Amino acid sequence: MAREQARIDVRKTYKLYVGGAFPRSESGYSYEVHDSKGGFLANASLASRKDARDAVVAARKAQSGWAGRTAYNRGQVLYRVAEIIEDRRPQFVAAVRSSEGLSASRAEAVVDATVDRLVWYAGWADKLTQVVGNANPVAGPFFNLSTPEPTGVVAVLAPQGSSLLGLVSTIAPAIVTGNTVVVVSSYARPLPAVTLGEALATSDVPGGVVNILTGDALSVGPWLASHMDVNAIDLGGLAGVDGGAEAAVAMQVAAADNLKRVRRAPATEPDWTREPGLDAMTDFLEIKTVWHPMGV
Amino acid sequence: MTAPTIDPAAGTAAGADLDGVTRDEASLRRFLHGLPGVDQVGADARAATLSTRSIKTTAKAQAIDLAIGMVDLTTLEGQDTPGKVRALASKAMRPDPSDPTCPATAAVCVYPDLVGVAKQTLGASGVHVAAVATAFPSGRASREIKLADTRDAVAAGADEIDMVIDRGAFLSGRYLHVFEEIVAVKEACGPAHLKVILETGELVTYDAVRRASWLAMMAGAHFIKTSTGKVQPAATLPVTMLMLEAVRDFRAATGTQVGVKPAGGIRTTKDAIKFLVTVNEVAGSDWLDPDWFRFGASTLLNDLLLQRQKMQTGRYSGPDYVTVD
Repeated sequence: MAREQARIDVRKTYKLYVGGAFPRSESGYSYEVHDSKGGFLANASLASRKDARDAVVAARKAQSGWAGRTAYNRGQVLYRVAEIIEDRRPQFVAAVRSSEGLSASRAEAVVDATVDRLVWYAGWADKLTQVVGNANPVAGPFFNLSTPEPTGVVAVLAPQGSSLLGLVSTIAPAIVTGNTVVVVSSYARPLPAVTLGEALATSDVPGGVVNILTGDALSVGPWLASHMDVNAIDLGGLAGVDGGAEAAVAMQVAAADNLKRVRRAPATEPDWTREPGLDAMTDFLEIKTVWHPMGV
Repeated sequence: MTAPTIDPAAGTAAGADLDGVTRDEASLRRFLHGLPGVDQVGADARAATLSTRSIKTTAKAQAIDLAIGMVDLTTLEGQDTPGKVRALASKAMRPDPSDPTCPATAAVCVYPDLVGVAKQTLGASGVHVAAVATAFPSGRASREIKLADTRDAVAAGADEIDMVIDRGAFLSGRYLHVFEEIVAVKEACGPAHLKVILETGELVTYDAVRRASWLAMMAGAHFIKTSTGKVQPAATLPVTMLMLEAVRDFRAATGTQVGVKPAGGIRTTKDAIKFLVTVNEVAGSDWLDPDWFRFGASTLLNDLLLQRQKMQTGRYSGPDYVTVD
C-alpha cells in the first residue's frame, strides 16, 4: 500500500525592496528568521552597506517626483496602502503573530491599529501645511509666508519590537510630507516589513519612495548615518538594543558631518498604540519662508 | 567552453604586406572579408567573464585614478554654450577642486566651433582639446565639407580630431571610399591626432566591427573609437573587446600601436573598471595609458569622483559634492 508522502515545506527566502524592485542582497548573505518560540520561519536577505548605498540612490531618484506630487495625491496614495493592507489582512495578521508571538486577537488589533495609523497620516497630508505653516506679520509691505518642505532622503532604523505598527508609524510620517525613506527593518522580526514591501509594490507608491532593507541596524546604520546624500536619520531602532546607546552616539557624530536631522533613540521603545503627535512628521521638515512684496 | 581568441597571424592574412591590400577596391574587400569571423556568442561570453573580476581597495584606487586620467570629458549638445565649455574645461583640469592629488582628465571633447573657447581655458595645462569633425554625428556631407570642418577645428587649436566614418558607404561595401576618406581627413589633421569613430551601433554585426577596425587602422588612425554617443547601443564591452583584439593584432602585424576609445553609455566606476580589466587582459598593459586608451564620457567622471571620495573618506558621498554638468 502506497504510503502518503509528507508534503515538503516551501522554505522561503525573502528579498529586499529597493527602487520598486525586489533584489537579493548584493552581499549574497541571508539569515534565518525564527518565530517567537524559536521555530524556523523563513530566510531573509541580510542587507549590506552596498544595499544601503543602492537604496539611497533609489530614494534620491524618487524624491523630487514624490515631493512634487500634490499633498492631496500623497494622501490618496497613503490611503490606498491602508486599503491594500486591509485586503491582505490575513497575511499581515499571520506575519505579526508569528514574529511577535501574539494571540490571534492581539495580532488582529495590531493590524487594525496599523491601518488606522496609515489613514490618520493620510489625512494629514494636505492639512499639515495649514497647521505648521504660517502667514507671519512683518514690519513692512510684504506677505511673509512660512511653509514646510520635505527634508529629502530619510534613513529610518525601524523599531526592533513592534515590527508592523512601529514600522508603519515611523515610515508613514516621513513619506506623507514628501520625503523618501530607506528603512532598516527589525532584525529579529523582518517578516512584517517584507510583507509591507510586497503590499507597497502593488500599491500606488512610486518605486524608490520606500526602500526596505532587512538586516542589522548596528552594521548598516553607521553607513547611512555617515552617508552624505542622506538628509535625516531616525535612530529609533536602536532603542533597547545591546550596544545601541554607544552606536547611537557614534551615528549622531557621523550624522553631524552633513548636518543631518537626527531623531534620537528613546531609552525604551515607546507604546506605538498611543495616538502620535505631529512630531514624527515635523521632525523631517524644513521650513521655507518667502517674502513677497504687497501690491505688485 | 573555450574562450575564442584570435590567432594574431590569422588576423593579418598570414602576414600579408598590408600596403598591398589597399591598392584597389577588390584587394581591400578580399582582405577585409578574409579576416576571421567573430563568434558572437563566444565574444559575449568572454566579455561577460572579464566583467566578473573583483577589483578592490588599493587596486581600485589605482584604477579610479587611471580612469580619471583617461576620460575625454565630452559635451556634444546643440545647447552647448561658451560658458558651459569653460566650466567643463575647468573641471577637466581640476576634477575634484577639494583634492589636489586628483589627476586631470586626458582631454575635453567639443564641437569644432567651441575649440577656441576650450583651448583658451585649458592653455598649457596639458589637457588636450578634441573636436568632433566631418559632419558629426551622421557623417552625411560631401568630402569637401568634411575636410573643411576638420581644417577649421585644427586651425582653432584642436589637438585631436574625432571623425566619423561614412557608415552608408561601409555597409554598402564601398570600403575603398571609406579608406580614402580617412586618409584624406588624416592629411587635413596635420599635427593633430586622428580618432576614427566606427559607430558600432550602426554596423550591426561583430564581423563588420572587426573589418571597420582594420580599415581605420590601415588608413592611419591613431585611435579607433566605438561610437558617437548619439546611437544606441553605444560602447558595449564585447565590441570594445573586439576592437582591442584588432589593435593588438594590428601591432603584431605591423608594429604600429593604435589606441582605443569606447564612448557612450559608460556611466559608472564599475563599468569603467570592467573596461580596464578587458584592456589589460585582451590588449595588454601597454594600452593601460591615457595615450592608448580613453573613455568618451560626461557623467562617468562624477561617479569616479564620488567613488574616489568614498575611498578617501570612508563614507559614501553624494551628488551634492560634485558639479552638475
